[in-house]
Amino acid sequence: MSTILRLVPEEAARPPEKGKPVASRLISIEGIAKRYPRKGGGEVTIFEDLWLPIEKGEFVCIIGHSGCGKTTVLNILAGLDTPDSGVVIVDGKEISGPSLDRAVIFQGHALLPWMTVLGNVAYAVKARNGSWPRAKVRDHARRFIELVGLKGAEDKRPAELSGGMKQRVGIARALSIEPKTLLMDEPFSALDALTRGTLQDEVRRICLETSQTVLMITHDVDEAIYLADKIVLMTNGPEACVAEIVKNTLPRDRARNQLHRLPGYYSLRNHLMDFLVSRSRTFKDELAAGLSWKPRNVPVVEPAETPELSPEDLPRLSAASN
Amino acid sequence: MEFTDRLRALLLSILVLAGFLCTWHFATRPTGGSAALDPEYAALMGAQVTEGASAMPGPLGVGQQIWEHVSNPFYDAGPNDKGIGVQLGYSIARVLLGYGFAVLVAIPLGFLIGMSPLVSRALDPFIQILKPVSPLAWMPLALYTIKDSDISAIFVIFICSVWPMLVNTAFGVANVRREWLNVARTLEIPAWKKALTIILPAAAPTILTGMRISIGIAWLVIVAAEMLVGGTGIGYFVWNEWNNLSIVNVIAAILFIGLVGMFLDQILAFATKLVTFPE
Repeated sequence: MSTILRLVPEEAARPPEKGKPVASRLISIEGIAKRYPRKGGGEVTIFEDLWLPIEKGEFVCIIGHSGCGKTTVLNILAGLDTPDSGVVIVDGKEISGPSLDRAVIFQGHALLPWMTVLGNVAYAVKARNGSWPRAKVRDHARRFIELVGLKGAEDKRPAELSGGMKQRVGIARALSIEPKTLLMDEPFSALDALTRGTLQDEVRRICLETSQTVLMITHDVDEAIYLADKIVLMTNGPEACVAEIVKNTLPRDRARNQLHRLPGYYSLRNHLMDFLVSRSRTFKDELAAGLSWKPRNVPVVEPAETPELSPEDLPRLSAASN
Repeated sequence: MEFTDRLRALLLSILVLAGFLCTWHFATRPTGGSAALDPEYAALMGAQVTEGASAMPGPLGVGQQIWEHVSNPFYDAGPNDKGIGVQLGYSIARVLLGYGFAVLVAIPLGFLIGMSPLVSRALDPFIQILKPVSPLAWMPLALYTIKDSDISAIFVIFICSVWPMLVNTAFGVANVRREWLNVARTLEIPAWKKALTIILPAAAPTILTGMRISIGIAWLVIVAAEMLVGGTGIGYFVWNEWNNLSIVNVIAAILFIGLVGMFLDQILAFATKLVTFPE
């Protein structure tokens, strides 16, 4: 490895005592597990004893391979799925189901095809603000349709829109209910690269402007680097776990097309790629080899740029990274 | 391109019709001559043997009869002599009544079955056994318990229309896309509102398809039911004309039954189109 991992002091990363809220902590996933009955008896454990804190205003990405249970984590947080053990605390309260405070942007956009764009967004607005008069609901919905750049398409039906536009409507719908948390399940994975790029820009702009707390699932490393403040690395399933939380050290005002010029970009990217390519598979061996790792207090790391390499540094560096 | 294709299809349709009418005309044409017949037999059988005419009317005779029906469809000259419009009116009224009750029962019940796996499993054996029963098999039971032939006919229509609507509604409701239901869940939509604003529009095309199948079956069954209960209606008319040996009226009635059936079907096809959404 060509990077030095700087371990963030444990105090900062340690989750608080169960049920004791920290001022800025919005979400605390506490020891959740999900198991499915295996065909022919027994159980498959998707993940076990998973802990994850999310601060207010933070953009968190979970990356990992398919089947590691990252979508299940998001669904549990959304209230669409229930954990077999453990709890999720939001705003100091244990969640018991879906809530308007946690909006979901679905992978397959999930628009209602019999409604227009305006109808889809207004449906959500009306659900949030039941007492609002019709005109106010529509104005509010129009504002968010404009925000995602779909002005003029209000009266179109989802079938008349391109994939990127549909996902924009999905984003407008989620934002229009002004949720405390935005949950996104691979929202851009079905889009072409160009559309994906512009939508990432939009989402980043909106989230920065509104200090939105976001949890996003992705398997796209560059997407995670561009958008996330914290990147959660999940190992391969079954029995997946959160191996590390990587702090994004790139400046907050980063632009997508300038990412690769930023100091620290390559070490961050290499660290994530290394994880996805090999460590997501071999992390179990690292544990077996005696790596100190506690599910409740997952290490938070900051991959830092390797200093100018000089030949005499090399032996020391390789020793350090081993 | 599309226009010429349609024109070709139309020409072919006309050709088929013309071929059919010609064959029919020549097959039923009087052959003339009866010289070799026993005169007593000839006197007994009348025109059929003396002129070689078929008991089967030709297209011209049927056309004339249809014209008579169309030009005066709504007369009522006693129980056995009513205009074809009146007879069709009775049949349509019975179908709409029985079908209307079936809609009121099948759609809410189908919703319940579709939404609750428990109810679905509990009612499934009954539906499976009752669905394949010919609706006319219910007729004696209906006549015995209801003691009114008119209501019995309506009941038979009800019982035959109920099944396709019930099964389709349950299927449509049970198969609403999970992601749409998840949208409702994350928006905390109350159950009754979810049923009306998500499940109903999502299942509407399937429900309407069931309703379309039902109206077709109801129109098939009403003819048979009216042959049994008698009195009024197009089914009774057909049977009465058969007893009168008026094949020409039977053929005319077949044409009218077909036209009305097509009309009913097209109404529901149009309604289905209205609720179908492109994805």
